[in-house]
Amino acid sequence: MTFIGWFQIALFCAVVVVLVKPLGGYMTRVFAGERTFLSPVLVPVERGFYRLSGVDERTDQNWVTYAVSMLLFSLVSFTSLYALMRFQAVLPFNPAGQSAVEESLAFNTAVSFTTNTNWQSYVPETTMSYLVQMAGLTVQNFVSAATGIVLAVALVRGFARRSAAGIGNFWVDLTRCTLYILLPISIVVGLFFVWQGVPQNLGAYTEATTLEGARQVIAQGPVASQEVIKMLGTNGGGFFNANSSHPFENPNALTNFVQMVLIFSIGAALTNVFGRMVGDQRQGWAVLAVMGFLFLGGVAVAYWAEAAGNPAFARLGIDAAPSSFQAGGNMEGKETRFGIANSALFATVTTAASCGAVNSMHDSYTPLGGLVPLFNIQLGEIIVGGVGAGLYGMLLFAIVAVFVAGLMVGRTPEYLGKKIEAKEVKMAMLAILILPLSILGFTALATVLDVGLAGPANQGPHGFSEILYAYTSATGNNGSAFAGLSANTLFYNTTIGFAMFIGRFLMIVPMLAIAGSLAAKKIVPASAGTFPTHGPLFVGLVVGVILIVGGLTFFPALALGPLVEHFAMNAGNLF
Amino acid sequence: MLREFRPALVMMVLLTVLTGLAYPLAMTGIAQAIFPRQANGSLIEKDGRIVGSELIGQDFTKPGYFHGRPSATSGPDPTDPAKSVAAPYNAANSGGSNAGPTAKSLIERVEAEMKALKEENPNAPVPVDLVTTSASGLDPDISPAAAMFQVPRVARERGLPEARVRELVSQHTHGRYLGVIGEPTVRVLQLNMALDALPKQ
Repeated sequence: MTFIGWFQIALFCAVVVVLVKPLGGYMTRVFAGERTFLSPVLVPVERGFYRLSGVDERTDQNWVTYAVSMLLFSLVSFTSLYALMRFQAVLPFNPAGQSAVEESLAFNTAVSFTTNTNWQSYVPETTMSYLVQMAGLTVQNFVSAATGIVLAVALVRGFARRSAAGIGNFWVDLTRCTLYILLPISIVVGLFFVWQGVPQNLGAYTEATTLEGARQVIAQGPVASQEVIKMLGTNGGGFFNANSSHPFENPNALTNFVQMVLIFSIGAALTNVFGRMVGDQRQGWAVLAVMGFLFLGGVAVAYWAEAAGNPAFARLGIDAAPSSFQAGGNMEGKETRFGIANSALFATVTTAASCGAVNSMHDSYTPLGGLVPLFNIQLGEIIVGGVGAGLYGMLLFAIVAVFVAGLMVGRTPEYLGKKIEAKEVKMAMLAILILPLSILGFTALATVLDVGLAGPANQGPHGFSEILYAYTSATGNNGSAFAGLSANTLFYNTTIGFAMFIGRFLMIVPMLAIAGSLAAKKIVPASAGTFPTHGPLFVGLVVGVILIVGGLTFFPALALGPLVEHFAMNAGNLF
Repeated sequence: MLREFRPALVMMVLLTVLTGLAYPLAMTGIAQAIFPRQANGSLIEKDGRIVGSELIGQDFTKPGYFHGRPSATSGPDPTDPAKSVAAPYNAANSGGSNAGPTAKSLIERVEAEMKALKEENPNAPVPVDLVTTSASGLDPDISPAAAMFQVPRVARERGLPEARVRELVSQHTHGRYLGVIGEPTVRVLQLNMALDALPKQ
């Protein structure tokens, strides 16, 4: 580890924190339906959307209608994306002549992109036409992100409103989120990416004759427009197979820095939206503090492990010490321009959020370096988290935390003036328990079936980690991978598809039920017996609940994978 | 409930037209107008032919050129398209080795690379990036340490003084952004083109 490495990490954190208030304020105004500086241009477009789709923007929906709208929209998304992939061969914008996507792969990919997971069982540059990339995948990059954000806003309305029947209007929230937040940022930052070298064209792949006279075919495409929303919406699905390690997706250290900021920007700002909407910004900062604490712990471990490198390399006499001439450390599966600090930071950011974009190959990380992304996702990606999903996941843990606190003093727990009763706690636990059920259940299944065991590329404990990572990533709707796993098979495409579905919708529905139930409650005035939820005690309590729930549930599985591999590596064992 | 079907369908169509067609096509138009070189992949032309992209690494094997990092990309087998074979720096199929840290195959591969490099330059320690594959398999850069390691071989092959080659490497070394962000790098393709452009000794 070097000073300059830590300095870059600190700079990144500072930029994210500085953006929280302005972006949070803007987003709060957007979801309250107030005027913003973009209104003169966008209000007519917005009105047109409502008129054509028959939406009355003043109607409030109760939680069931809100949930049904979201589910129907996801169903339409899934169907249209699936159809687009199956018919791409006969549709326009296909200069590379890609043929129809096979059924199980099309199913997996359609679930993947509608659930904001962006798990990719395929190599994009050899599978998807430009039309699918744009009108299919880019669209889902926008709308699945917008769906996550508006769900979080709906839950926050549950806390903020009193004795109310409704929690907002899904169609209005979806439209506003896309038009006022996602699209403008994508246009501006997308053009910045092009300026820095990210391609944006519809041309055929380029044939080059290299300096040594060999033929090199260079994949092209409308990359920048997808790249920016891939990060901003914590989607993570690469335009190319190598994702953000590909020089066309992420040409230099500056674009890399901006990509990491994009991943965290909306998720972090949502904590401020939360604070503003419940009328006390300190509540938002407390939630962000929990996230920040867990985040820095992850970065420290990942950076330390990757900088320490692979002891097997050291035994061969390879020079892996950091200096002003090289980054050193474990450079397998990492790019020179990012080195160790920016790779470890990116890996932690992308899994703390549910992004899943990668600028280095997690499969080649040292065991403990690879444990951090795995553990981040298993905690439920509540460290900033996926746009929206992170906030509602964290609030579920906060509900459990105040419940635990209430048990300790024998008092009915309250959070933000709302009594937390049996129904909320049951729903929160249901949502939280979905994660281990799917992750551990599917992993267990894959490790006893021949079709599952055929997947891993690595032998020994690392092979088990590859399987565990796949279902962790799918259920957590992350989308990154220990990519050695051959996942483009009927078995993996199907089970991973179901894991993504379970991880998204079986969490959302109980969460919306909580929102509806909270919105209907009265506010209990704070008294001397009220547990303050903006101080360090609360922050510590939530961190504890998260680590105990996450740690206890997943520790045995982690012991079989990364932990045993760590000790094997240090003992000089190879597999 | 079924009342929500119409907005679901219409919203999907409208958002597809907006974010899936209007947005990427408009971005393509603007990008082609104001940043045409970058928008088309930062291609390098020499004598009217495209030799590659500034941003994409190439598979250099001749001893007179600086070599990039090992690449784990593959391509279809020319004799049997159903199978794939190693094809370093295949810019139409990016990817890493995905070898775990305790994989026997990884350590054996690194050991072989190491041996070859030691023969070429026994006097310097082998920098780690020169024996490890990159994440994309298309890494255009090597570390300054990896470039300096290759200076004796390149100088010998080209009959140039080492100091001259070292000077060229320094000229093609890029520092961190604003002195802070990223890592120092050397672009291999540009460095090799500069080598070719040197007057013959």
